[in-house]
Amino acid sequence: MNKNIDTKKIIISNPLKLDCGKEINNFPIAYETYGELNSEKSNAILVFHALTGDQYVSGKNPITNKDGWWSYVVGENKPIDTNKFFVICANVIGGCMGSYGPSTINESTGKQIGTNFPIITINDMVNAQYELIKYLEIEKLFAVIGGSMGGMQVLQFVANFPDKAKLAIPIACTSSHSAQNIAFNELGRQAIMADSKWENGFYSNYKLNPDKGLAVARMAAHITYLSEKGLQEKFGRKLQDRDSLRYGFEADFQIESYLRYQGSVFVDRFDANSYLYITRAMDYFDLSKQYKGNLSDAFKETKTKFFVISFTSDWLYPTSENREIVIALNSIGADVGFVEIESDKGHDSFLLDVPSFLKTLGDYINSTYKIINERRI
Amino acid sequence: MKEEFNIISDLIEENTRVLDVGCGNGDLMKFLQENKTKDIRGLEISKEKVQNCLSKGLTVIEGNAESDLKQFPKSSFDYVILSQTLQAFLNPELVINELLKVGKKVIVTIPNFGYWRVRLQLLFKGTMPVTENLPHEWYNTPNLHMCTIKDFYNFCSSKNIKIFKSIALKKSRISEINKSNLNYKNLDSHLGIFLIES
Repeated sequence: MNKNIDTKKIIISNPLKLDCGKEINNFPIAYETYGELNSEKSNAILVFHALTGDQYVSGKNPITNKDGWWSYVVGENKPIDTNKFFVICANVIGGCMGSYGPSTINESTGKQIGTNFPIITINDMVNAQYELIKYLEIEKLFAVIGGSMGGMQVLQFVANFPDKAKLAIPIACTSSHSAQNIAFNELGRQAIMADSKWENGFYSNYKLNPDKGLAVARMAAHITYLSEKGLQEKFGRKLQDRDSLRYGFEADFQIESYLRYQGSVFVDRFDANSYLYITRAMDYFDLSKQYKGNLSDAFKETKTKFFVISFTSDWLYPTSENREIVIALNSIGADVGFVEIESDKGHDSFLLDVPSFLKTLGDYINSTYKIINERRI
Repeated sequence: MKEEFNIISDLIEENTRVLDVGCGNGDLMKFLQENKTKDIRGLEISKEKVQNCLSKGLTVIEGNAESDLKQFPKSSFDYVILSQTLQAFLNPELVINELLKVGKKVIVTIPNFGYWRVRLQLLFKGTMPVTENLPHEWYNTPNLHMCTIKDFYNFCSSKNIKIFKSIALKKSRISEINKSNLNYKNLDSHLGIFLIES
């Protein structure tokens, strides 16, 4: 985590006023880019990552040595073709991949900031990333896109910067975190805080890590990313490396073993405090409340074209919540397309190989890019 | 199909805001986009067709006209088009009312069940009509509420819906429908096209 990552980074010197009232400055934003910016600077796409994502959208992630988290979508000859588009993705503030977060070293103490890090919001994340766009001297993005928490950032970005993106694609997200979503996030946070190695967030001072708590948080969350049908088809009651039950608490079932594995690999790449801060930012997200209860007002100023996508088996950010966004946009006559993609893969569908999603998304982005460019001429 | 598109296109003024309800694979939307206006949206119930439209870069929303037209503000479109779809709704009257709310003007096209070829099938064969324009069998047809040109004409009068223009189409022959030729056009046309307003 954080410490020795060789990543592209800029230091934002402009002070950023956070929603919590505190102000930060001279803070780092880590980012990665793919493809090349064309001479008209008209082919830039800003991708926002989800809760446990990072700036490594495509190619090999240098930290995990695995494929980037959105390799099905972004890359050469992929739906978002990096031969054609310039793709930017930044690690959110609060994160642990080089951007300003609780694992950043406080230079005056030489220690990690830990839970002295200020509470951040989706709004703060988006405002920080806008500084990166300014730094890259991109006047107007072709598109902003993201799934889950990335989708929330898409909505917030357009609300904050109504003339900075031609196209916005929020996927499998919501305009307001539901009680159920807050509940699952709280479960994860309590698992971390219940780990005696958490030390009120200052575990690094003691060279400790609340790995058990973080792993349990990940296991619980992971279930919410899948669907009942998907789980049943993939695992059912299949046993793990054994022919019969062992009458104990080992991982008899494949699903147990799978979740334990997911938990164990997660703690190697993710900071427990970042998990607390980022889930909190998601819980605080309520775009319509920011506009006095009228979600449409968030988009009143924008001419940005929208394409909202949801998935049939996503019960974490269900179609009904995605439709609310569509309804709010329609009620002000905004340019919005919407489809619910058929998939058994739950909320995680947006990250996985779901052919009809990948095809529709890719075709839409490419036709829209062509139409917008033709119109300009 | 082409004749219908041309007639619809002629009824629409340039650079206006249009909604195509039941837009299918977006053929009419594409046609109007090339010929009349860029500002066109679609509503379609089939996921597959919505995906086809979106792939072409068309702005289409997956949804059902019976429940999802409500989300559009009153008179938010200059024209709302319902092409050969009215008969497939559970409640066509409700849909027409919703269309008239959302659109300043509404264009409805109707496959005419009063066309003589259709009538003859029932009269002489004694079976539910299957024609080029109405290709389904009785057991798999999506058409729940078939009507004739005359039915729709009378429906509009009884509900005080203004008919601005009504056009009959037979093969590629186009003619106007009026009160005096209504019975004849109802017999001799396969499609009726109506421009209406509440």
